[in-house]
Amino acid sequence: MAAELLRESFQIQGRNFDKAGEISSEIKVILKDLDIDAACLRRVVIVAFEAEMNVVMYADRGTLTLILTDQDICLDVKDEGPGIPDIDLAMKEGYSTASDEMREMGFGFGMGLPNMKKNSDDFCIESAVGKGTSVFARVRLDSHA
Amino acid sequence: MKLVEIKDLLKCEVLAGEEDLSVDVSQVVASDGMSEILAFAKSKELMITGLTNIQSIRTADIAGVSAVLYCRGKRPDKKVIEFAKQKRIPVLVTEMVMFDICGILYNKGLKGVS
Ligand SMILES: Nc1ncnc2c1ncn2[C@@H]1O[C@H](COP(=O)(O)OP(=O)(O)OP(=O)(O)O)[C@@H](O)[C@H]1O
Ligand SMILES: [Mg+2]
Repeated sequence: MAAELLRESFQIQGRNFDKAGEISSEIKVILKDLDIDAACLRRVVIVAFEAEMNVVMYADRGTLTLILTDQDICLDVKDEGPGIPDIDLAMKEGYSTASDEMREMGFGFGMGLPNMKKNSDDFCIESAVGKGTSVFARVRLDSHA
Repeated sequence: MKLVEIKDLLKCEVLAGEEDLSVDVSQVVASDGMSEILAFAKSKELMITGLTNIQSIRTADIAGVSAVLYCRGKRPDKKVIEFAKQKRIPVLVTEMVMFDICGILYNKGLKGVS
């Protein structure tokens, strides 16, 4: 069994674009202070940022939990929001339902979920329409993909 | 190529990180899509973008790029510049358009990331 070393939860506010990304920046600082391997840290913060942005863009509110063990770093992101009707479609690169306003801000390229998957060793997404979405990602400490 | 050389070549104004212009960059990631930058950047690149909102600097920080260059003379708010300073990310702005910037830098041997 992996020994848990740290667990911290952060609240994400839906549609607050001013604060969007703050949590991921904070996670970067936390992991940097812990001397996590740079490649691993990079993957985790990219996953965190894309997940955080999706909650801000599409959901009402969410919680991101960072879990560090002696073997891996996990991100557990749960939101209350519209959910995703077709997950296979949402996972396709280029698919996006972002508004024009979001596109003007540089989002809505339909690359967030594929980026998250690419940067994780384990990735899982579940969603209930009208309720919310949950994303779980694991990055192994010894992987250098 | 050092940032200070890029600054001269593209006639940039430095908005943040004047003291960090000795940093060397050899690769460039250029896009107005934040997820695209995160998908391609491997760290320590020069990021060129036309988007000047706070998210451009957040993306730069998350992607671990060495500096941000805004094209078409687009200037970010003071708040954005302050944030870049806090994250120690040098920020430059040039009047040139993306296409010309990329052409000039490519000619000087800089490469895109793929
Ligand atoms: N937490 C969520 N709640 C509801 N819908 C979501 C959520 N996350 C993603 N989606 C849906 O899945 C689509 C694809 O998401 P993805 O992150 O891949 O791209 P994007 O957010 O549209 O653009 P980008 O991430 O490139 O800025 C979104 O446009 C949206 O319709
Ligand atoms: Mg997204």
